[in-house]
Amino acid sequence: MPLLSASDLKTHYNTRDGLLRSVDGVDLVVERGETVGLVGESGCGKSTLGKTLLRLVDPTAGRIEFKGEDITTLDQGRLRNVRKSIQMIFQDPFASLNPRHTIGEILEAPLVVHKAGGRPERRRTVAGIIAKVGLPADAINRYPHEFSGGQRQRIGIARALLLNPELIVCDEPVSALDLSIQAQILNLLVEMKKEFGLSYLFISHDLSVVRYFCDRVLVMYLGRIVESADNETLWSDPRHPYTRALMAAVPDPSRPRQAAPLGGDLPSPSDIPSGCRFHTRCPLATDLCRVTEPEFRTIKPGHQVACHVADHIN
Amino acid sequence: MAPLLQVENLTIGFPRAEPVRDLSFEVSAGETLAIVGESGSGKSLTALALMQLLPRTARVTSGRIVFDDRDLLGLDAREMRQLRGREIAMIFQEPMTSLNPVMSIGWQIGEVLKVHEKLSGRAARERAIELLRLVRIPAAEKRVDDYPHQLSGGMRQRVMIAMAVACRPKLLIADEPTTALDVTIQAQVLDLLDTLRRELQMAVVLITHDLGVVAQWADKVVVMYAGRKVEQALPGDLFNDPLHPYTRGLLSASPRLKSDFHYLSGRLTEIPGSIVSAAGEAGCPFRPRCRQARASCGHQVPPLIAQTPERLVACPFTSSLKAVPDAASLSL
Ligand SMILES: Nc1ncnc2c1ncn2[C@@H]1O[C@H](COP(=O)(O)OP(=O)(O)OP(=O)(O)O)[C@@H](O)[C@H]1O
Ligand SMILES: Nc1ncnc2c1ncn2[C@@H]1O[C@H](COP(=O)(O)OP(=O)(O)O)[C@@H](O)[C@H]1O
Ligand code: SF4
Ligand code: SF4
Ligand SMILES: [Mg+2]
Ligand SMILES: [Mg+2]
Repeated sequence: MPLLSASDLKTHYNTRDGLLRSVDGVDLVVERGETVGLVGESGCGKSTLGKTLLRLVDPTAGRIEFKGEDITTLDQGRLRNVRKSIQMIFQDPFASLNPRHTIGEILEAPLVVHKAGGRPERRRTVAGIIAKVGLPADAINRYPHEFSGGQRQRIGIARALLLNPELIVCDEPVSALDLSIQAQILNLLVEMKKEFGLSYLFISHDLSVVRYFCDRVLVMYLGRIVESADNETLWSDPRHPYTRALMAAVPDPSRPRQAAPLGGDLPSPSDIPSGCRFHTRCPLATDLCRVTEPEFRTIKPGHQVACHVADHIN
Repeated sequence: MAPLLQVENLTIGFPRAEPVRDLSFEVSAGETLAIVGESGSGKSLTALALMQLLPRTARVTSGRIVFDDRDLLGLDAREMRQLRGREIAMIFQEPMTSLNPVMSIGWQIGEVLKVHEKLSGRAARERAIELLRLVRIPAAEKRVDDYPHQLSGGMRQRVMIAMAVACRPKLLIADEPTTALDVTIQAQVLDLLDTLRRELQMAVVLITHDLGVVAQWADKVVVMYAGRKVEQALPGDLFNDPLHPYTRGLLSASPRLKSDFHYLSGRLTEIPGSIVSAAGEAGCPFRPRCRQARASCGHQVPPLIAQTPERLVACPFTSSLKAVPDAASLSL
């Protein structure tokens, strides 16, 4: 039984600009102990998907299961238990840290909410986690603004770890950090994974980070997963034209520059193209692509692609 | 031919800090100079100094900025206004903060042309449409009446570029122009900038913290750390043979697409600590984070040593570093 699974998950928003199909039929599985990367362009629905899986946003349709339990429609009270087990880390931890509370208070709050021990025990837990994520012990009495970006991300990680979660959804946790700090945080996340047997859903638009950090990768385009494969396969044998374009667009110091591999912008999720939703930008699009939506099918074990010509691409 | 822009020993001070110190570099017409460095290393303040748009509390405390044989620091406000936008233009990381949300993009581009080129309303609008075509905005004649919020991030950045190149500036300063954009859109925007650079023979100062961008779009690179230039090189040399311990650290900290490096096979090489530690450091600003630091590094700021005319490094110990056995694993 997978740790987390979603089937035909949809999150649509009613807005002034019409119906936004931000998440539009996603199937995914996260196995225990696995790190699954989720990549795609800005606005393709990554964060919305992450928040929907945590039930921070209500799905429009589909089903979410956590350890075999259907959590799609659990009420907030019963969700509380699940929430202990699934945590989230955000890109900008600062925005989610109350500036008027000390780090000690911020970290103790979830323990209070979840009635995790008496005061002395909570204090011990907080002190332990602060040391674990590499913050100085006196951080407990200091305020968020006194910390650098990397340290604030450590605070965010500490908070996510407090309740012994099984899965952490990381939404661009290192995107706002300098390269020199990014390595520190990625190493910390790997250590924590090993120590606590965590699973991660790791949202990122940085393919080189995902290449290093993940076991399996999901490529998202306009509300759908268009390719899913283990890390090795995805990088050695990408099949979806969009995956290929994303990879080619990464400026890689070890190869000469190529022309921009993809023209145009991501279409709006209020106006999703007919047929294959990538056809407006796809260099290989045919008439078939304009009318018929490709099925998300398995081309070899563990490798799924939604493209009519996936088998013929070399 | 003298370089178009010469920055000599530029120091920028606030009442209680000196975020840019003794910085020198040059850019020639048609050339792209990249400035890389962590956030807070002084890149944006340097850009603002070139535009003479420093925050009120900041001052250039020493140095010269010579642009096209004129010392910018000697110009008065009116002379600088004439230069800005016409001969020197700038694009910012977040276009939304520099576009006016209540005016159409056509009006905003037109305004630049009316002020600097004294075009009439009609002519300015025509030229705005041409510029939107130049930056590859589809259906430019319709889009010209759009407001900024109707455009995607990539399109807004292209509008910013259209405004910046409207008067065919000699120097374009781009401060993290693609940091907020996807790699797909980044490639489009940087290709566009590069084409314009060639066509208009502009000098470009490209500020970025993305080493991949540097490798693929720059003619030369300045690496800054804590307000100072610590290394300067041609991109190929920088990547094949980084000299300064900070540059070497950056390259080995970066997970790279082509490598087989995976978390199961080993940790990323960290640079310990953060740039905050450079504050108040008397010697080498990188010393608190440098694995090669020795006692003498605290005595004075290491001077820039020229290995070749293109290759400068502010660390006296680079030749001994090269003897370190695992140095080969750092090269790309
Ligand atoms: N609360 C909301 N109400 C209406 N629309 C929303 C809401 N949240 C997200 N959207 C829209 O849903 C789409 C997907 O947004 P989402 O934030 O999930 O993208 P993302 O892939 O995380 O992008 P980024 O890489 O920029 O973080 C976008 O078009 C966005 O504008
Ligand atoms: N208006 C300001 N007032 C005070 N300090 C500032 C101001 N702008 C920038 N600084 C400081 O100057 C240093 C360099 O800033 P900046 O040039 O913006 O760095 P970068 O662009 O390299 O990230 C930082 O320490 C920053 O905090
Ligand atoms: S189905 Fe057609 S349009 Fe879609 S990705 Fe494949 S080739 Fe391109
Ligand atoms: S001067 Fe010393 S501290 Fe500075 S970079 Fe060189 S070895 Fe490191
Ligand atoms: Mg997001
Ligand atoms: Mg900046």
